[in-house]
Amino acid sequence: MELTSNKFKENAARALVDLQLQKALGNVEKGFIGKRQKSVDALPEFDALRDNARDIKNHVLAHLDLYLEEYERKVLAAGGHVHWAETAEDARRIVLEICQKAGARTVTKGKSMITEEIALNDHLEANGIEPVETDLGEYIIQLRGEHPSHIIAPAVHLNKEQVESDFRRVHTHLPEGRDLSEPVSLLSEAREVLRQRYFAADVGITGANFLIAETGTSVIVTNEGNGDLTQTLGKVHVVVASIEKIVPTLEDTAQILRVLARSATGQDMSVYTTFSTGPKRADDPDGPDEYHVVLLDNGRSAMLGTEYQDMLRCIRCGACMNHCPVYHAVGGHAYGSVYPGPMGAVLTPSLNGIDETGQLPNASTFCGRCEAVCPMRIPLPKMMRHWREREFERNLTPLTARYGLKAWAFFAKRPRLYRLAASFGMPLLSLMGGSSRRFHSLPFAGGWTRHRDLPAPEGRTFLQAWAQRETQKQEAGQ
Amino acid sequence: MSARDTVLGKIRASMRVPASDDDRKRTVAARLAEAPRGIIPQRAKLPKAGQLELFCAMASQFGATVTRVSDYKDVPAEVSTYLRARNLPAAIRIGADKRLKTAGWASEKTLEVRHGASDGGDLAGVSHAMAGVAETGTLALLSGPDNPTTINFLPEHHIVVLKAADITGDMESVWTMLRMTQGKGEMPRAVNLVTGPSRSGDIEQTILLGAHGPRAVHIIVVT
Amino acid sequence: MTLNEPKVAGQPRVGLFATCLVDLFRPSVGFASVKLLQDAGCEVHVPIAQTCCGQPAYNTGDKADTRAIAEQVIEAFEGFDFIVAPSGSCAAMLKKHYPGLFEGDALWEDRAKAFSGKCHELISFLTDVMMVRDTGARLDAKVTYHDSCSGLRELGIQEQPRKLLANVNGVEVHEMADSDVCCGFGGTFCVKYSDISNAIVTKKVGNIDASGADLLLAGDLGCLMNMAGKLKRQGSDVEVRHVAEVLAGMTSQPPIAGSGK
Repeated sequence: MELTSNKFKENAARALVDLQLQKALGNVEKGFIGKRQKSVDALPEFDALRDNARDIKNHVLAHLDLYLEEYERKVLAAGGHVHWAETAEDARRIVLEICQKAGARTVTKGKSMITEEIALNDHLEANGIEPVETDLGEYIIQLRGEHPSHIIAPAVHLNKEQVESDFRRVHTHLPEGRDLSEPVSLLSEAREVLRQRYFAADVGITGANFLIAETGTSVIVTNEGNGDLTQTLGKVHVVVASIEKIVPTLEDTAQILRVLARSATGQDMSVYTTFSTGPKRADDPDGPDEYHVVLLDNGRSAMLGTEYQDMLRCIRCGACMNHCPVYHAVGGHAYGSVYPGPMGAVLTPSLNGIDETGQLPNASTFCGRCEAVCPMRIPLPKMMRHWREREFERNLTPLTARYGLKAWAFFAKRPRLYRLAASFGMPLLSLMGGSSRRFHSLPFAGGWTRHRDLPAPEGRTFLQAWAQRETQKQEAGQ
Repeated sequence: MSARDTVLGKIRASMRVPASDDDRKRTVAARLAEAPRGIIPQRAKLPKAGQLELFCAMASQFGATVTRVSDYKDVPAEVSTYLRARNLPAAIRIGADKRLKTAGWASEKTLEVRHGASDGGDLAGVSHAMAGVAETGTLALLSGPDNPTTINFLPEHHIVVLKAADITGDMESVWTMLRMTQGKGEMPRAVNLVTGPSRSGDIEQTILLGAHGPRAVHIIVVT
Repeated sequence: MTLNEPKVAGQPRVGLFATCLVDLFRPSVGFASVKLLQDAGCEVHVPIAQTCCGQPAYNTGDKADTRAIAEQVIEAFEGFDFIVAPSGSCAAMLKKHYPGLFEGDALWEDRAKAFSGKCHELISFLTDVMMVRDTGARLDAKVTYHDSCSGLRELGIQEQPRKLLANVNGVEVHEMADSDVCCGFGGTFCVKYSDISNAIVTKKVGNIDASGADLLLAGDLGCLMNMAGKLKRQGSDVEVRHVAEVLAGMTSQPPIAGSGK
C-alpha cells in the first residue's frame, strides 16, 4: 500500500467527519474492551503469564540467530523448505517463484499482516496470479480494494450496509432479490462463494503467529477456519513469517497462547490453533504436497540491540489499538501505514524510516492505556518518545512546535525570568478573562480555542501570591 | 553471501555476538531439551474427575455441545440421534481410526458411513480426538489416515469422540502425551486445537457461528 | 482532619512542587495543597526557583532541555524529606522519568534516584504516606471524578481520591462511564492534534454530562482545563475544580473556566 503516514493529520480530519466510519468505530470499543476485561478477570494468573510471555520473548531475542538455525534444521528434517528474505522485495520474489513453479493461477490466503507488509497481493496480480483473501474481513476489503484498518479485525471500519452493497456488486451470479440485511446472511454468502475458491486454488498462503524451534512448526491462531482450509486444500502451503515469530518450545507457545486470545478478542482460546510441521506424510490422505517457509527480516535485525528491540516481542493481538483513544477517534486507515494504532506508531518508523512516518509517534496523548493492556508488556509510549527524540535530533520536528518549545524552555530554565514574565502576563490575561472567567478565542491559542474555551487564570501566580503571603507573615511576626 | 548468512550475520552484528559462542549455544540447547512448563493456571490443576467436569463445562461455554457415553459401542447410536435431531441426512465421513471403525456402525442400518478424507460434500464428519484440555474445553486432533484434517474443517457438523482418560488439565500435558507417541521434537503434519465451532466477528463485531469451518461441534466423551 | 498513624516520624519537611499550570492558572490549587499538607502535619516549603517539570520538552524529544530543567528541579528540591505535586503527570515525571534522564551519568544518576524516591502526587501522599482518612471538609455537591492517565497508570492513583471524597460531608459521588479513559489533553497533543483531541474530549464530556454530577473533579490541571473548556464551549453548567480544592474546603474561588453557561 502507498504510505501516507505523513498525511496523518489530513487523513484524520477526513476520518473525523466520515459518519459511516464513526458509526463503525463504535464497534471497536463495544466489541473488544469489555470482553477482554472479562476474560482477564477470570484468570488470576494473567499478569504473571504476561511477565512470563515477556521473558520468553526476551530470551528468544537474545538468542535469535541460534533459534532460527535450530528452527530451520527442524523444518528441513520434516521435509519442508526454508527461504530467507532480507527485504520485502526478496520475499515477494520468493513467493512468486514458488507459485509459478507450482503452475498456480489462483492462490488462497489466510489472514496475514506480513503479506500486507510485503504487498504480496499486488505483486502476484501483476504477475498474472489471482490472490483470494479468505478471512471474511479480508475478503470484504479485498472486494473494496482497501487495506486492513485493524490488525485482527481488518474490516472494522465498515458497516453491514456497506458490505451488503459490495456483495451485490461482486456476486452477480446470485439472485438479486436475496436478503442480505443481517450479518449472518452476509457470512453465509461469503462462506458459499469462498468454498469453491479453496478447492480451485493451487497454493495456500498463510502467515504465522509462532514458529517453534523445537519442532520446526508454524502456528496459526484463527476463529473462522479459513486459514486451515487454505493450508490444507492447496497443493502447496507457503508460510510467510518474520524472524521474531520464533518461540523455543511447545510449552512456551502454550504460555503465550494464554495471553494472546484473551488480549485480542477476549476468548480463552481462539477456535483454531493449528500447528503445522512439514508437508503431507507418506500415508496422509490430505494436506499439502509442499511446505515452504519464507523467513522475512525487513528491518527487524536492525531493531535488535536498539531502544526499539522490545517492539519485537509484539504478538499482533491488537489490544493496543482496541484501547487507544486516538484509534477510536480516527480508525486505522488514518495512520496511512500497514500497521495502525500504537504498535504501528512504533513499528512503522522502524520499517519505513522516521522521515516518512514522523507523525505517527507524535499522534498519541501518552495516556498509557496501550502499555497497560499489552500482553507482552511492550513500553509503547516510551518507544514513541524515543522516536520523537530521533526526530528532534535530526531537526524533523515541525518548526512551530520547535520554536514554541524553545521559547518555553528558555523561561523554564530561568526561574527568575519565568517569575518576572508570569507576574506581568498572568494578571493581565486574568483581567482580559472578564467575568466569564474564560476565553472563546485568543491570539496564538487557536489550537486550543478552536474547539474549547480557555479558562482564564485567576490573577497573580501562585509563586507571587505565596511570596507575598510569606512576607506579610514575617512582617506581622516582627 | 546467501540471504540466510546475511540475515543471521545482521542479527549477530546487532546483538554484538560472535557466531561461535558456546555459552549461548548451551543455553539454547538446554532450553530446548528441558522445555520448562512456565505458569500453569490453578484452574487447570484438578484431579482427574474434576478435569472431565471442567472440560465439559468449558467446551459448552465456548459453543460446543457435549454428551457422555459409557462405551464405544454406544457411539453410533449417539451419532444417529444427533443427526436426526438436526434433520441431517443419515451420512457421516470417518477416517481409519480403529476405535471409530470398530464401534459397530452396522447397528445403525440407515446410516451411510463414508471413509477417508472429506471432499467437501459431507454435512457431518466424525473424528477421534487425541486429547482434550480441561482448562479451555479444547480438543486436540492429529492429522493422518486415522483422522484426516479435512474432516475437522469441511463438514458443517463436526462430531468428535474423546476418551475421558485422554482429558488433561492443561495444554502442556498434551505436549507430554504427544512426545510419548511421536518422540521428542517430532510432530504429525498437523495438530489442530479446536475450541468450539468456527466463528467470525468481522461484520460489525457481531459474533456469528459457522464462518468457514463447522457450524457445530458435538463432543462425545467415552467415559 | 482524621488520620491514622503516619508512616513518617515527626513533622516531615515537604517541598511543594506547584507545577507550572497551577502556578500560572490556578494558584488556589497551590494554597489548597499547602493547607492539606499542613493539616496532615507537614512543614510545607515552596522553593521559589521552580518552574516546570520539563514534560513539554521531554515529550517533544528535546533531551537536552529536559535534562537541564530536571537538574534545576532536583537542585531546588532534593533537600526536603518529600517532594509533593498536585498533579499525577508532573509527579510521575519527577518520580518515574527523571532517573532515566541521567542513565549512565555517575554524578547525577544516584542523585536523581534519591530525589525520585521522595516524590509523590498530593492525594496519594496524603492517604498513603500521611495516612489521612478524612480531611474534614464539607461541600454539598454531586461530584464525578475523572482519572487522569499518568496518575492512574503510572502511579496507581484510583482509590485514594475516592476514599477521601467519600468522607467529605455532603458530597455524593456519581461515577461516569469510562472515567479511566483519556480526556484528550495529552500536553502539547491537544494543540498539535486539535481535531482528534476534540473528538476525545467530546466523548468525555458526554460521559460527564450523563453522570448526573454538577461538579467535575480530577487531580491534574491540564486535563481539568481541557474538560472545563469543552464543557463551557458546549454550554454545560457542570462546574470544574481540582480535587484538592474540595478536599481542603477551599471553594470560594470561581470554578475553572467560571460558572454558568
